[in-house]
Amino acid sequence: MIGEALRYLAALLIVAGALFSLLAAVGILRLPDLYTRLHAASKAGVVGAGLILCAVGIVSGDGPTALRVGLGIVFLVLSTPVAAHLLARAALKAGEPAAPGTTTEDIH
Amino acid sequence: MSPLPLTGLLALGWAAATGSFSLLNLAFGAALGGACLYLVRNHVGGPTFGPRMRRIATLSLLFVSELFISAFRVALLVIRPDLKRRIHPGIVAFPLATDREVEITLLANLLTLTPGTLSVDVSADRRFLYVHAIDVADKEALIREIREGFEKKVMEACR
Repeated sequence: MIGEALRYLAALLIVAGALFSLLAAVGILRLPDLYTRLHAASKAGVVGAGLILCAVGIVSGDGPTALRVGLGIVFLVLSTPVAAHLLARAALKAGEPAAPGTTTEDIH
Repeated sequence: MSPLPLTGLLALGWAAATGSFSLLNLAFGAALGGACLYLVRNHVGGPTFGPRMRRIATLSLLFVSELFISAFRVALLVIRPDLKRRIHPGIVAFPLATDREVEITLLANLLTLTPGTLSVDVSADRRFLYVHAIDVADKEALIREIREGFEKKVMEACR
């Protein structure tokens, strides 16, 4: 009974995670410049991958696997913002143009 | 030793002692260890231990809820047909109140994963954090929101 409920929960998490990943990809395609694209890739990407990892931990029903899933999520949350920050910083230093209408007069 | 790694160690010890490294058992061990540390707080971490643990917990909860909110917002934004007219992006210089590396790092990473903001750079003198925002219609409000939200919480949790 509980096993059945957990499987449904995992299925739900996988669908939600896949949806977030898909929308992150749509965001990368539709947003106008690198900086705004990073918004989609970092936020929706972390949640998408995190939810799918959660589902794996639940269906595995196995302690060590669940533990590694937890660690995976922790590293995902740690490394994604660092990667996004690096990309944005590199783009700014390299003079990557922002989308028209972007206000940048604060940078000095 | 600060409370967080100590709680982690106690959780691992609990898992080893009960012979199960399941996530649930580790979480139970962490809760148990945290409760025990709370009882002896005057001896392990000084008098600020209890409030600090609470602040770390509230910061973590705030972060997880903000992460989900931001993912939802981005997801809803990118499927709008009038996307290009809905966004007013800009890079804002956020004046940092803290000059500690740990706190700036934490703040920058938290901002990247929360609604509408993305850390771009830290000025060389560590006085400004450059934040790319997807909507800078009200710059002052954005800065105020960061200062009274995450920056305050990060500084409370780290001190």
